[in-house]
Amino acid sequence: MSKTLYDKIWENHLVHKQDDGTCLIYVDRHLVHEVTSPQAFEGLRLQKRKVRRPELTLAVPDHNVPTTDRSKGIDDEESRIQVETLRKNCKEFGVELFDVNDKRQGIVHIIGPEQGFTQPGTVIVCGDSHTATHGAFGSLAFGIGTSEVEHVLATQTLIQKKSKNLRINVNGELPKGVTAKDVILKIIGTIGTAGGTGYVVEFAGDVITNLSMEERMTVCNMTIEAGARAGLIAPDEKTFKYLEGKTMSPKGENWKKALEFWKTLYSDKDCKFDKEVNIEGKDIEPLVTWGTSPQDVSPITGVVPDPANEKNEDRKMAMERSLEYMGLKANTKISDIKIDKIFIGSCTNGRIEDLRLAADLLKGKKISSNVSAMVVPGSGLVKEQAEKEGLDKIFKDAGFEWREPGCSMCLGMNPDQLKPKERCASTSNRNFEGRQGRGGRTHLVSPGMAIAAAINGHLADVRKI
Amino acid sequence: MEKFTNLKSIPSYLSLQNIDTDMIIPKQFLKTIKRTGLGKSLFYEMRYDENGKVIEDFILNKEPYNKSRILLAGKNFGCGSSREHAPWALSDFGIKCVISSSFADIFYNNCFKNGILPIKIEEQTVVELSEYSKRKEEIEIDLEKQEIRYGNKVKKFEVDSFKKKCLIEGLDDIALSLEKTSQIDNFEKNIKENSPWLLNND
Repeated sequence: MSKTLYDKIWENHLVHKQDDGTCLIYVDRHLVHEVTSPQAFEGLRLQKRKVRRPELTLAVPDHNVPTTDRSKGIDDEESRIQVETLRKNCKEFGVELFDVNDKRQGIVHIIGPEQGFTQPGTVIVCGDSHTATHGAFGSLAFGIGTSEVEHVLATQTLIQKKSKNLRINVNGELPKGVTAKDVILKIIGTIGTAGGTGYVVEFAGDVITNLSMEERMTVCNMTIEAGARAGLIAPDEKTFKYLEGKTMSPKGENWKKALEFWKTLYSDKDCKFDKEVNIEGKDIEPLVTWGTSPQDVSPITGVVPDPANEKNEDRKMAMERSLEYMGLKANTKISDIKIDKIFIGSCTNGRIEDLRLAADLLKGKKISSNVSAMVVPGSGLVKEQAEKEGLDKIFKDAGFEWREPGCSMCLGMNPDQLKPKERCASTSNRNFEGRQGRGGRTHLVSPGMAIAAAINGHLADVRKI
Repeated sequence: MEKFTNLKSIPSYLSLQNIDTDMIIPKQFLKTIKRTGLGKSLFYEMRYDENGKVIEDFILNKEPYNKSRILLAGKNFGCGSSREHAPWALSDFGIKCVISSSFADIFYNNCFKNGILPIKIEEQTVVELSEYSKRKEEIEIDLEKQEIRYGNKVKKFEVDSFKKKCLIEGLDDIALSLEKTSQIDNFEKNIKENSPWLLNND
């Protein structure tokens, strides 16, 4: 019988299936960070349980870490305790940790691929909804809660029911200036934030195939913003090339065996998806969010939508609430919206390629006098590479701050936060109320669009730089 | 886990769609290393102003809703971050059942691990039930029979049979999975033979 890529990975990981369809699936890779793990380790301790496979587990502090000088440690007491707790737990349970001052430290979803910990055909989990990122390698990767983190630590398995199959085809080619971030925002804008609920998404089509690995990660990263826990892309030569030689990638004979297997990871030609969505690459423009849900997207050439034109009462109410929170009036030109802050970073857009693209557009220019801007590389290795290429200098010369790696202003658990009513063009993934700081206003954009906003002091079209 | 028993309560109603887990429990409360004590911070930015003063108008700050054990909400409840702090906060506040026309997957799953029953039911019923919230009348949840009872009406709801059993019996699912250790051992033996690169990168 023909199978989808998701079907294949699922069947490969089935440890046990109950009559009612509840399955126990094996987890090949488990990523752990400081925020969603302390209660899980505590649970193990209380029940006198061990970590079944510490060598398949990798931990890193990322959410709470300051992005300024770290030599003095973490000022915030609760943040410090959480990071120290992770350190203590990793030591006690024998889990490898990339600690705060390790140059391999970074955002959990950046370091997995960077180390070759992320591999095709695997099941990867982490107590973090953006785990979907790893799906770019053709793995089934999804976020879990802390109770499930504890379950995986203790058993290396998870209790799951199979999701449905959804394929999203992005066909044709992308116009100039349009990037992976615009592709995923377009998808979310099209199917809505609950459009993928209950599904695992496979991204396919020429546009997806032509994306680099970094760009594919950007697309898969925000699958959760479309409601699906996991989004994946069939691995190909690009995937294999990316992984070859990475520290934790298979070597020698194992590499050959792995490669042979990885080449079988695709959806069979005549397989059936429960649902398919088609999007044409040529219809995608550089996008911006105007509201407080990632589905609230508009082309940079558009205007803030008018709730008066919305027929659905609940939707109308939600739009009005969003516009009030965002301090925006209906029908305002998007490119007239003034910006106070620029944030380039996060597990969505904190990889080396994002920084290269941004720096290339920024070269020789200055940021507007009314904005403050920061770049937070996704990992210590991204930072090191960027500095080797002189990107840090381009950013600093233009007026950006060049920070230490971490999640930073994507969720503002560390001191990097928006003040009330401050407006930010952000390369992160969520524009929820209060996400980047109480009262803070977030416009989600691609790195190129963040640079356009930085230079102009308002949202602006990257194609005009 | 605490066993789920039948519930009777005046429900609270939040009509807003897409209530995300950042709204349910904002980031500053994720710094805890405990599961308890989050109830006072539930829906923090809706319940307290910038100075931390209680916003009297907000439903969960008002009698009798501050004692609600059932929450009615707009569609796509619990979207966003996977933080289990969201169900911890709901539970600590006293809410043991959330009713909506749709839930985000991770949140939905997390509820069951914490003795909370999420009920997915058509929007029309949510609206109908919201009248009971407004009239401050109790509704009743019977998980065993999979029924919501209100006025003289009874509405059936769907729930996964395994999840239902775990809730009613308060089962520790890690213990259940550990009973399958020999199957997990066998599975790993298979990996060693067929996919050795997964266990060893040398």
